[in-house]
Amino acid sequence: MYKYTDFDEAFVRERVAQLRAQVERRIDGSLTEDEFKPLRLMNGLYLQLHAYMLRVAVPYGTLNSAQMDRLAHLAETYDKGYGHFTTRQNIQFNWPELRRVPDMLSDLADVGMHSIQTSGNTIRNVTADHFAGAAADEIADPRPVAELLRQWSTDHPEFQFLPRKFKIAITGSPNDRAVIKSHDIGLRIVEQDGVRGYEVIVGGGLGPTPMIGKVINDFLPEAHLLPYVEAIVSVWNQIGRRDNKFKARIKITVHEHGIDEIRRRVDARFAEILPGFSGVDQQILRSIEAQFAPPAFKTADTRGYEAARLANPAFRSWSDTNLTPHRAEGYAIVSISLKKHGATPGDATAEQMRVMADLARRFSHDELRISHEQNVILPHVHRDDLPQVYAALRDADLATANIGLASDIIACPGMDYCALATARSIPIAQEIATRVDALKIEHDLGHLKIKISGCINACGHHHVGHIGILGLDRAGVENYQITLGGDHTETAAVGERAGPGFSATEIVPAIERLMLGYLDLRETEKETFLQAYRRLGPAPFKAVLYPETARKEARNAA
Amino acid sequence: MPRTFTPKVVTANRLLEGDAVWLTANGHWSPRMDDAELITDAGTAELRLLDAETQAHLVVGAYLADARPDAAGPAPTHFRESFRTRGPSNYAHGKQERDHV
Repeated sequence: MYKYTDFDEAFVRERVAQLRAQVERRIDGSLTEDEFKPLRLMNGLYLQLHAYMLRVAVPYGTLNSAQMDRLAHLAETYDKGYGHFTTRQNIQFNWPELRRVPDMLSDLADVGMHSIQTSGNTIRNVTADHFAGAAADEIADPRPVAELLRQWSTDHPEFQFLPRKFKIAITGSPNDRAVIKSHDIGLRIVEQDGVRGYEVIVGGGLGPTPMIGKVINDFLPEAHLLPYVEAIVSVWNQIGRRDNKFKARIKITVHEHGIDEIRRRVDARFAEILPGFSGVDQQILRSIEAQFAPPAFKTADTRGYEAARLANPAFRSWSDTNLTPHRAEGYAIVSISLKKHGATPGDATAEQMRVMADLARRFSHDELRISHEQNVILPHVHRDDLPQVYAALRDADLATANIGLASDIIACPGMDYCALATARSIPIAQEIATRVDALKIEHDLGHLKIKISGCINACGHHHVGHIGILGLDRAGVENYQITLGGDHTETAAVGERAGPGFSATEIVPAIERLMLGYLDLRETEKETFLQAYRRLGPAPFKAVLYPETARKEARNAA
Repeated sequence: MPRTFTPKVVTANRLLEGDAVWLTANGHWSPRMDDAELITDAGTAELRLLDAETQAHLVVGAYLADARPDAAGPAPTHFRESFRTRGPSNYAHGKQERDHV
C-alpha cells in the first residue's frame, strides 16, 4: 500500500492548518459565509439538513487496518458512533461540529488520509475496482496509476476551477466493477499482443442526463496516461460550458461536439503538452508500483474450510454468496455486507469498523477495500482462515449473506441527511430489504441490483440499476420513479423509465410485484432479472408494475 | 388583486453545530419550529430575512420556509421542513434524540 512521502505529509498537514485558521476566521467574523463556503468545500465539509457533514476520501477504495481504526475513532469521538460509506469510495460523517473538523482532519493526517477535493469543481477521489490487486480476472493492479492520478490531480493549479466536478474511475479487469462507463473518464487496463495500455473512455455520467461513456482511445500506451488524461481535462476546461451548471459536465461537451471532434482536440493538446512530461511521472509511478507489490501469500491446505462448509449451513450460504475467486491459490476475496436486512445501506458502527480492521490485520495482509456498492472487502483471506473470519463477522452483526442479491441495495443518504435531496432513499431501501427477507425469495431471485437515489443527481446510481428508483418531490409529496434494465458493468446501459411514479407507501409493493413478476417471467432459474428484461423488453414488466393499466388495455383490445 | 401570501417562518442552520433553527418574534434563534414567529405578510417576511442575514456569526443559509399555524405554534407544510424539525428517519438522532431524553 502507498505510504505518504514527506512531501505528502507536509502538504496534508499544511492544508489542515489552513482550514483550522479559516474556521477560526469564520467563527470570529473575519470571513463571511460566502468567503468561507468554497474553502470548506475544498476540504469536503458540507452543511446538510441537520448538521455539517465531512466527506473523507478513501483513495481508490484502499485502506489499511490503522486507517480503518482511525475512522472508528472519528465516528466515536466526533460523530454519533457510525460512518456512512458512499458510492464513490468515500466515508461521510454526519454530525461533526464546525470547531472540531480541523481536529478530525489532523487525526486523519496521522494515518495518511484527507478530505481534499471530495467536493467542489475539481478532480474528485479517483475510484477503482474494489477487488484490485486480488481479482482472478485482473490484467494488472490499477491502484498504482490511481495513486499517480491522485497525486497529479491534488491541488493541480490548472484544475482547481473546472466547469464542474470531474470523476475518474479505473479498472484492471475486463469485468468492470468500477462503473467506468459512468465516469467523466473511465480507464481500463488492456493488453494487446503482450503489451499493456489503457482503453480510455470519456463522457460517461449519471445525474439528470445519464450517458454511457464513449471510447476516445482504444489503446493508449502506458507511459502516455498522465499527459493524455491531462489533455482531456485541459480541453474540457477550455470548452466545457460554464454558462449552465446542468450542461457543464464533460458528457455534455462530448455530446455537443461529438467524440471525433473531442478526440481531435485532445490529440492536438496531447501533442502540445507531451514534451513537458520529462518522464518523471513514470519514475514516480515505478516507485508507487513497488509499494503495491502483492503480499507474501501463504500456502496452507483448505481442509478446515471444506469441513466448516459441510458442518455449518450458515457458513456455507455466506461463503457461497460473499466470496469471489482470488488470483492466489487457496485464497478468497471476502465481501462484508453493510446491508443487513433493515439496516441503513453503507453504514458501519465504530465497533464494526474496529472488528473489520482487526480481521484485516489478522487475516487479510492488513488490507481493506470500500466498494462503490457500499460494502467493505477483505481482499486477501486464505480459505483456511474463513471460518474464523466468518465467526468474528457474525458476532459483529456483519455476516449477512446477500452480496449481489436483492437486498444488497445501493442507497444515497437522501432527504434523511442531504440538503440536495428531493425525497428519502434510506427508508425505501430498508423496507425493500426487510420485505425480501420476509418473503424468503432472495436466493431464488438471484443476481439483482436495486439502486436508489433521492434526487436527479443520481449518487445512488439508479440509472444503472437493474431496478432503479428515483425519489422526487411531486407537488410536495415524495414520489418514486422506477427505471428498468440498467447495467453498471462492461455491458453498461441506462435504465428506461417504467411509467408513472409511486408514492412512498406504494413503492415497496410495486418493487415486490416486479420481483415476483420476474420469477414468473424468467425462462429458467438461471436467467437473471436483467437477462429476462433484455429478452422480453419492458412490456411484461410494466404489466406487473401497473396491473390496472394492463387490465384497461386488455379490455380496450377485446 | 395581490397574490395570497402563504405564512412563513425564517429558518437557518447554526454556524457551530449546524442544526436547524428558527427565528422567534423576539429575534432569537430557537431549535424548535413551534417557537418561531409566524410571518403573515410579505413585507415583514422580507424585513425578518434581511435581519437574519445580518446574523452570520450565529447562523448559515437563512431562508423563508412555508408554515401553517398549529396549536403549539408554526408547523411545517412541506416534508423537507418537517424532517428538519425531527432529524433523520433511520436513527433517532438530531432533534428527536433530545426530545426523547
